[in-house]
Amino acid sequence: MILGVIEYEQSTMTELSLQMVTFGRDLAEKSGDEFVGLIIGASDNAPLIGELGRYGVAKVITAAHENLKDYAPVAWANTISQVIDQTQAKMVMAPGSDQGNEVMAHLAARSDLPMATNCAAVSADDLSRITRLRWGSSLMEEAILTGDCKLITIAPFVVEAAEGASHAEPAEESFEPTLSDQDIQVRLIRKEPDETEGITLKNASVVVGGGRGVGSPEAYSVLEELAKLLGGAVGCSRVATNNGWRPHSDQVGLTGTRISPELYIACGISGAIQHLVGCKGAGKIMVINKDPEAAFFGKADYGVIGDLHEVLPAIIEELKAQGV
Amino acid sequence: MNILVCVKRVPDIGARIDLTEDRQAITTKNLGFCISPHEECAVEEAIQLVEKHGGQATVLTLGPADAEEQLRDCLARGIDRGILIETDQPEWDSRETATALAEVIRSEADKEPFDLILFGNESADSTGCQVGIRVAHHLNLPCVASVKKLQIGDGDATASREVDTGWEVFSLPMPALITVKEGINLPRYPSLRGTMKAKKKPVDRLSADKIGASLKMQQLVHPPEQKKEVDMLGEGSAAASRIVEVFKALEVI
Repeated sequence: MILGVIEYEQSTMTELSLQMVTFGRDLAEKSGDEFVGLIIGASDNAPLIGELGRYGVAKVITAAHENLKDYAPVAWANTISQVIDQTQAKMVMAPGSDQGNEVMAHLAARSDLPMATNCAAVSADDLSRITRLRWGSSLMEEAILTGDCKLITIAPFVVEAAEGASHAEPAEESFEPTLSDQDIQVRLIRKEPDETEGITLKNASVVVGGGRGVGSPEAYSVLEELAKLLGGAVGCSRVATNNGWRPHSDQVGLTGTRISPELYIACGISGAIQHLVGCKGAGKIMVINKDPEAAFFGKADYGVIGDLHEVLPAIIEELKAQGV
Repeated sequence: MNILVCVKRVPDIGARIDLTEDRQAITTKNLGFCISPHEECAVEEAIQLVEKHGGQATVLTLGPADAEEQLRDCLARGIDRGILIETDQPEWDSRETATALAEVIRSEADKEPFDLILFGNESADSTGCQVGIRVAHHLNLPCVASVKKLQIGDGDATASREVDTGWEVFSLPMPALITVKEGINLPRYPSLRGTMKAKKKPVDRLSADKIGASLKMQQLVHPPEQKKEVDMLGEGSAAASRIVEVFKALEVI
């Protein structure tokens, strides 16, 4: 049995959770195992179970306890550990999100088991042979994961979330773990909604990103104008953040925000792998750069060779001429 | 406050990574080195906390003798003291690293307990996301990962991390272990004066036992090159009309 730890926000599975379920379900089918979803501490399990059914999951375990009402990493890890003991699961996987990695690391630490984060592939013949992404996806490590129960997290965007071939109402089994107050010593005390209203880097359908080539904080005004005309948001590369040109919240990349707009317009950005990871989820990528050798052109759908300080004003003029 | 920061020596971010012939390691010739981006912020956070609350900060790493370069860089930014667990073994898995670090931290804490231990959320090269949490378990310390806002109170700390819909806020008693993410602050660069002072700051050298790998690396490979067919729309401002056509085709206007 392969156990998948479901991550959710307000009774909806997160995108990375859907990808993890897709990955786990397909792996289990090939390895001849059963894939079981584990929902911990949800106030309303029904919508999550329904969603898992659409993704072809036949069985779901729902864990409930007074100490699971608010997210607490140690309580979560302890719950999974008890489910492993009861089910003898061969493998546990979680999405490679902050929460997924955190819970699995606590589980690994308390069980003294190894854990492989950021996995892109698992051998169906032998669940211990894994491939994981390192160096911001520029290197892959093939490794053997020891331990009776294999603990892994799935790298974001290595599979596309896809519903299952068969839709059925999954069998539900409830589970009540034994938890102490020590397990909730660290817990979520409140959530604060995003202060920025409207279009943000995370939800924008168009992102206009600027890097070293923008040259100064003032020069971002032309990117802002274009973003406004397209109903989008402005992003930047790590160089721009480190130079103090833009706040870190604007940074697209491995150590910044991972974006998934329909169109990403990258201006004056060379295309270092750490940046590319952050825009992997973009539908189309347009690169504007005066250096025809910029690596980013090799990853783009559309390319324009030219100085962004000339190209962007020309686009704005053209848009205005057409009444946008 | 007595603060400890743990860092790792990694090749410069954005550098081209080549593999050795046996695919067991990356070639380090001609490479510059630094500490991971999240760790730079952990170092900055430690310096700011000492500036605000008084006390001292120590930086600890496990790595080759050359990792002293990274410790000196942290000392130049304002950390007071360095500890290098020196090893000639290139790959330590997360479990091995955490065990070695925890042992050294325990014996250091016997002399003077740490109020706060900071890690980066993950190293730039290995991306394991677990050494800090494993160390917290070894030392029985409360821990929150991926923190982008940290407030130290009287005997407790408030740590926040970013999620898609906003922020998750955690409360935890001190002493505690926190792993931070880039964005929590803007790290300073070492000053010339800081660099001069760093030469005289103490760096202790220790050794540790490798307990044996449980995530056993077989080989490193480059991912298959995914080159896209790029549609070149033209050069300079003359490309504007074709760009706007693309906007229309993609229905973004």
